[in-house]
Amino acid sequence: MNVSHAWLARFVPHGRSPEAIRDLLTAHVATVEGLESLRTDLVPFVVGQVIESEKIPETKLSYNKVDDGSGTLLEVVCGAPNVTVGAKYPFARTGTTMPGGLVIEKRKIRGFTSNGMLCSARELGLGADHDGILTLETSAAPGTPFLDVVPTGDVRIVVDVLPNRPDLLSHRGVAREVAALTGIVLQMPEEITALPALTTSVVRGGAEGAAGGITVRIADCADCPQYAAAVIEGVTVGPSPDWLRAAVESVGGRSINNIVDATNYLLHGFGQPVHAFDAARLRGATLEVRRARTGETLVTLDGASRTLAPTMLVIADGSAPTALAGVMGGQGSEVTESTTRVVLEVAEFAPALVRTTRRAVGLSTDASYRFERGIDGGAQEEMLHIGAALLAQVGGGKVTGLVHLGEAPSARPAVAVRPARVAAVLGDAVPASEIAALLTSVGCAVAAGANGALAVTPPSWRHDIHREVDCIEEVARLRGFDRLPDALQGARPGTVPDHPLWVAYRQLRDALVAEGVHEVRPLPFVRGEDASHVRVRNPLAEDEPHLRRSLLESLARRAEYNLTRMQGDVRLFEVGAVFRPSSAALPHEEHRVAALLMGARRPVHFSEPQPPAYDAWDAKALGERMAAVAHPGAVVTLRAAGEATGALWEIVVDDQVVGEIRQLALDAPVWAKPAFGIELVLGAMPSAPVAPPKSHAHGTVTSQGRRAPVRFRTLPTTPAAEFDLALLVPEAVEAAAVETVLREAGGALLERCVLFDEFRGTGVAEGFRSLAWRLTFRHPERTLKEKEIEGRRQQLLSAVETRLDVRPRVA
Amino acid sequence: MTLSEFLAAVEQLAADAPAQIAAAATLDEWTAVRTALVGRQAGRITDLMTGLAALPKEAKREAGQRVNEVKATIEAALDARQVELEAAAQGAFGPLDRSMPGRAHWRGAVHPVSQVIDEVVEIFRELGFTIALGPEAENAWYNFGALNFPADHPAMDMHDTLYLGADQVLRTHTSPVQVRTLQRYPPPVRILAPGNVYRRDFFDPSHAPMFAQIEGLVVDEGVTFADLKATLSHFARRFFGAETTTRFRPSFFPFTEPSAEMDVRCGVCRGAGCGVCKQSGWIEILGAGMVHPAVLEAAGLDSEKYTGWAFGMGPARTALSRHGIPDIRILYDSDVRVLDQFVS
Repeated sequence: MNVSHAWLARFVPHGRSPEAIRDLLTAHVATVEGLESLRTDLVPFVVGQVIESEKIPETKLSYNKVDDGSGTLLEVVCGAPNVTVGAKYPFARTGTTMPGGLVIEKRKIRGFTSNGMLCSARELGLGADHDGILTLETSAAPGTPFLDVVPTGDVRIVVDVLPNRPDLLSHRGVAREVAALTGIVLQMPEEITALPALTTSVVRGGAEGAAGGITVRIADCADCPQYAAAVIEGVTVGPSPDWLRAAVESVGGRSINNIVDATNYLLHGFGQPVHAFDAARLRGATLEVRRARTGETLVTLDGASRTLAPTMLVIADGSAPTALAGVMGGQGSEVTESTTRVVLEVAEFAPALVRTTRRAVGLSTDASYRFERGIDGGAQEEMLHIGAALLAQVGGGKVTGLVHLGEAPSARPAVAVRPARVAAVLGDAVPASEIAALLTSVGCAVAAGANGALAVTPPSWRHDIHREVDCIEEVARLRGFDRLPDALQGARPGTVPDHPLWVAYRQLRDALVAEGVHEVRPLPFVRGEDASHVRVRNPLAEDEPHLRRSLLESLARRAEYNLTRMQGDVRLFEVGAVFRPSSAALPHEEHRVAALLMGARRPVHFSEPQPPAYDAWDAKALGERMAAVAHPGAVVTLRAAGEATGALWEIVVDDQVVGEIRQLALDAPVWAKPAFGIELVLGAMPSAPVAPPKSHAHGTVTSQGRRAPVRFRTLPTTPAAEFDLALLVPEAVEAAAVETVLREAGGALLERCVLFDEFRGTGVAEGFRSLAWRLTFRHPERTLKEKEIEGRRQQLLSAVETRLDVRPRVA
Repeated sequence: MTLSEFLAAVEQLAADAPAQIAAAATLDEWTAVRTALVGRQAGRITDLMTGLAALPKEAKREAGQRVNEVKATIEAALDARQVELEAAAQGAFGPLDRSMPGRAHWRGAVHPVSQVIDEVVEIFRELGFTIALGPEAENAWYNFGALNFPADHPAMDMHDTLYLGADQVLRTHTSPVQVRTLQRYPPPVRILAPGNVYRRDFFDPSHAPMFAQIEGLVVDEGVTFADLKATLSHFARRFFGAETTTRFRPSFFPFTEPSAEMDVRCGVCRGAGCGVCKQSGWIEILGAGMVHPAVLEAAGLDSEKYTGWAFGMGPARTALSRHGIPDIRILYDSDVRVLDQFVS
């Protein structure tokens, strides 16, 4: 909402600066986003300081050096008699357009170059004084915008009005607040009080009425609770008077003609959108508010032809729609220069219907914006009178008919406001008398109610006051949030345990960051397919309309992004949500962790100029680590994945497959190293309703996500015995199978069994590889004897030979 | 041998030994010197010890004491020389240039947005808040209806929504977690709900279709707007520094009333007005308010008995401004050269 500082003062003579109004509104009403000078043509002018000056002989001119804050002194020729060294003046740099339209250019005058112009008040459009350039009494540095030093003309106050306060979408609405906050009495602007009183009486009716030769009708009062019209004869369409043009322009509008400007004055001044029809162009001298019929079309004022539907509300004349109700007028009945007889519409349309209509035609206007949010239904007749008189005045015509169908809304039921409740919500006791005074100041009627409560009836323009808490908000903001106490109080601990997925996220993140992997938070949208992916109905990009099923999809795209920027060492992880279609009410949503490894395993060091690249074994170890962190205390195994999956390993936790490790197929340049991905499920994110609306499902609170503590094992006190076994293992036999046999045959005293070497080549037959394990045995109570250890070695060798046909490698 | 002759021999050894030890240039020579001085078979100290026995009884005490002193001095000198020679021997593999870099591992980074979330969580943890989460694919009822959004009202225009179905949305804020939590757990509730939210906003330097939000919720008996102000001001001072001043402006959210937005004094211009704060002197940090009774009622709570307050903030904006990141898209690109700048 654009509020003119000067226009506001005509409603409430506040005597305050734009900055003071800004601070007042921001603290108590709605945030002021900015103050804009209406002399935008003066924006490019800066403060210039004359540093040197000398007369040009045989002329009235002086040759000056001017500091404009740019760092270079500019040579400027000036014709004014009052140039003084050290003084500051408004300065136009080259390229600046003067208010008169002249563009200042670099030019030669009497052999001297002039780079800009020192300006007089008249040249800036600030009065007639042309005795010389305008001396600025300011401490501002050269280069400071002129408007910062000399606030000039009206100022536009840009107010961010939120959807609950449509009453603030007018100067009168904002003025009401200023009046309430300052105690200054709200008044009618002079241009309104000066209008002659109308002698025509209002014809009132329900669904139909006639006045001034025009018949108006409402087809359905639910769509249009009130419809009023004035007929004004003998108008002359022409330029607006200066005050009206200035008012329209002050809010950012463009002056069109006296009639249209007057309608805009009503909209911005009072928040009542009105429309003027050229009566001569209405067919059948009737106006009917009705739903559009299928197939009807209308050319609106913007020149667009619109196809209408029965969901839309229109104003029709005797034959066809001639305006989109509450949104925009039609070209067919537009006021033109030849108009002499005007029908002024002042109406209240159903907000939801205006919203539907403007969305259907894709046209949001100042009018629809206000109707959608709700106008002041109690002010229709006032607006009819003011509007008719104003149009007659500026158009030089005469009001010949006034009609008002429907009725102003009856007062809403009073809201009981308990002072004790105000204190309970705000944390500060506000006396009942103060509560009453504050609510009265914004137009509420306050009476004594039952049990010490106040009975508060909101005014017709406040659609946001229904409940006690709405009144409490009024009290809080009108007193000022600043006045509320803010001492930190103790509180009871909550009942909600940390969400287990959050606990898992934090632990995984710590582990992965420690492994040197970067956390990312990419978008979850992918190309995907309707059959397998959840589709966004109204996607931002048609080529990525689906939600991902896998985090690795996102990480792969991010890795490719890095490759296109010549970055081949990429380690990324994400903990996030994936989605897949479900027969339930909502898609199946799951939280997962995924990591991607590509490129060098370590940073380059002088001792290792070319570190090896990540391979599948790095991915396997990281996958095991991630699974162990994500599922503390559970048994984690990595199983070779089936051919069909395309994966290297499945991650199995407590017999459930929860993830996989795979080499990723990236769109990668030839120099890129292989990329490996690990992804595993942390848990489903339930999205079913917790309980039916207006009920709860409070049960026993359990501490989910808590880790089982690690059990301490006493350190051994006896020495270990260690030996290595190098075995010739056929390619078809898995290392894990050999290890399983070794562990079984090793018995209870086998403490560790570590595969430490794989070798193929000289001395190892084709079809075999040499695998070597280091075995550690320990007896808990005594030292193992040499003979016992040798006995175990023989046992192990015979076990692998009998069970797997694997023999020792003989050196 | 008389006592004086014996002592003269001891002093002679004490005088000779340092030069001999210093003269040992290699570990082998050092071993030879050591044997010559303190060796068990033929060391000079050993000889003296043997000679001690031949001294008269009354001289033994004084002589023995002196021999032991000299022995200790020699052994200490031998040890010190050994350390020197060993260090030199290692140097034989090449001089150690200690200015060269250590052998590093890769270092991982926590995403800058997550770092902000961590700090916020940390501060509220001190005040007894726990972490609640909820689904990103959400029922329209939880996202709007339960939060007192009037159906088909301009308030909905503040949330440009991505729909998955007629009643299914990608949540536009983390506030649905308020209702889910209040339905599941009885008061007192003190939670933070960080998470991703979605808007139908095209990517530009300051907008993203998905971004993180942090929701906070307190519901109990006797909770007031003064508590809201106190807690959030405390948060601002802990987060931005003890000197931080806050202000609360009236605002509107369907699910809170009274509603407010909290600003902090612009740290760049200290309130004078600058480009960072768009000349206002204040930086908007979060939206907040007393939980609307309709929300408590939608969650099955008695809105006469319980009151509450809630807030929501966007950590991305803080991340952008604190690091001077000019474009929000940089947070999503995942360029490793950017992420490398945020390693912990």
